[in-house]
Amino acid sequence: MSENWLSYFRPNTLPHMWCPGCGNGIAVQAMLRAIDKLQLDRNKVVVVGGIGCSSRAVSYLDFHTLHTTHGRAVAFATGIKMANPALTVFVVMGDGDASAIGGNHLIHAARRNIDLNLLVFNNSIYGMTGGQVSPLTPGGSKTTTSPYGAIDPPFDLVQLMKGAGATFIARSTTYHARLLSELIVRAVQHKGLSFVEAVTHCPTSFGRRNKMPDPVQMLEWQKQSGVLKEKYEQLAPEERVGKYPIGLLHVAQAPEYCETYAALLKARQQKPR
Amino acid sequence: MSDPTPLASLMQGNEAVARAALAAGVSFYAGYPITPSTEIAEYMARYLPEVGGIFIQMEDEISSLAAVIGASVAGSRAMTATSGPGFSLMQENLGFAVMAEVPLLLVNVMRQGPSTGMPTAPGQGDVMQARWGSHGDRLLPVFVPATVSEAYDLTITALRWSEELSTPVVLLMDEVVGHLRERVVLPPQRPALPARRQPACPPEEYLPYRTGEDGVPVLATFGSEYRYNITGLVHDQRGLPSNSPRVAEDLLRRLRKKIVYRMDDFPPPEMYQSEGAEYLVIAYGGVARAARQAVRQARQEGLAAGIFRPVTLWPFPGEQLAAAAAGKKGVVIAEMNDGQLAVEIERWLPPECRRVYCLKNCGELIAPTEIFSALREVAGRV
Repeated sequence: MSENWLSYFRPNTLPHMWCPGCGNGIAVQAMLRAIDKLQLDRNKVVVVGGIGCSSRAVSYLDFHTLHTTHGRAVAFATGIKMANPALTVFVVMGDGDASAIGGNHLIHAARRNIDLNLLVFNNSIYGMTGGQVSPLTPGGSKTTTSPYGAIDPPFDLVQLMKGAGATFIARSTTYHARLLSELIVRAVQHKGLSFVEAVTHCPTSFGRRNKMPDPVQMLEWQKQSGVLKEKYEQLAPEERVGKYPIGLLHVAQAPEYCETYAALLKARQQKPR
Repeated sequence: MSDPTPLASLMQGNEAVARAALAAGVSFYAGYPITPSTEIAEYMARYLPEVGGIFIQMEDEISSLAAVIGASVAGSRAMTATSGPGFSLMQENLGFAVMAEVPLLLVNVMRQGPSTGMPTAPGQGDVMQARWGSHGDRLLPVFVPATVSEAYDLTITALRWSEELSTPVVLLMDEVVGHLRERVVLPPQRPALPARRQPACPPEEYLPYRTGEDGVPVLATFGSEYRYNITGLVHDQRGLPSNSPRVAEDLLRRLRKKIVYRMDDFPPPEMYQSEGAEYLVIAYGGVARAARQAVRQARQEGLAAGIFRPVTLWPFPGEQLAAAAAGKKGVVIAEMNDGQLAVEIERWLPPECRRVYCLKNCGELIAPTEIFSALREVAGRV
């Protein structure tokens, strides 16, 4: 990190509105570390957010920032990237934002393999609306709309994105913050859609209802459940219960959408009419 | 680009919209197929690449308008087209574009009925949706063409106003005009729309939502050295979220004012034989064509009738209607719905003026004879 990392924030926008103990700051820091390491030109960076706690990060950050409608951040970002492929576009979303209301846009962006860097801050819950069940809430968890324990099976976004054609898929946690930052660096370097799930913690809305009111307890939970991919693959099926792999989980080669379109443009414009 | 179009040609309304958009420099189109607007997307898919523009078919209408907004903030002249059900899905992002002051063109080729209705049949059921469709109250300019030629002209007009006022603009077309083919004489010169305005101050002094008297912000293109935040939340001059009632009031008032203040410069209503008329037909879009025939027939029978046809539908040209209706004995209000604009029209009519409604909401055109009958009725000649 550069000495003056506060320069990445807009003057007079702090303090942030996140609750004490929230993991979003760690996730944002991981993203800024990656941007700093890559020395990206700030005028060529766009950060698009959806609606929810995590998406409020965009207004604090001194880049071109677009705070959109709920679930639609990826679609807005698609227009930005198509209109100007020279921009580096990050999309910051929450788990409900990305996978419930925004699920359709998520999978179609993966299908197109457009060069966006999607970051899902997965805190297992709808935080801003006060703690309702999300498609990523672990089974059995108590939320305000699953007071008897969630019965909906949670999504595995890694598998979903793989199935939809994403060419870069990674996951880390706010406990494994350095790894998260390294993965974001690689995501930006990857040409094509990059999907990074950042498991983060919400002690206020999730932890308090699920016997982890202290953020340290939630970080402990991440430490135990997030297992490096290489280790995870050696675990027996019964040992995998309650655990998930972290690290770089999938990389593939496929034509990038903006480049494919540029080739189409070139071909059409060379054609005599 | 070399112009594939001869100066005069037979053209469909939807095609006229697409051609006008290309002529006016639209460089980005995102859309989702829906009848009866599809030809616009098809034309753009075919010809945008030839001029270096971008066409993308999105996964739904919600993402279509989202992508259009994204492209616009990244500097493109951007548009989409849809029909009623898609227009409904776009309402949330349309409100966003009003709030964030993002220029774009949205064409709604209206079909008949609520829900899936009658996809290939004409209707005018989205008049109030265009005005009030988004939550939280918003206003944007809405133009309604009655001929294919006018569809061409108003597309350019709409794009020009979207840039000039930094706002989304809706072109509201009924299926009659969208699918009609008629002779269009294209202007010999391409319209030169001004480039998107960019700030002139040093970047550290830039306040994206600080405006002059016209109330229109100068929003820098993403990717420039002017970095700022765009949000649908109530925001201050920096573009940053605010919960202040004062900031909210100033912002929402300005968003409305910047459009209402320019009302006199919007395309005026068309008056047809209204001079010296005792009776007026008030109609717009495809219905106004039937009204013309009815008025001609009425004149032949010695019934002094004329037409008041709004071209700018919203903000509604109420004062012009009030002036036109002053001293008239009666009016016929003709619409392909159950009387959506009638509610607005009523507000501007003198109380003593007689009214007869000629409404049809079944996917069938209003025939000239039906309007003629209504004229006879309002004149007491039944």
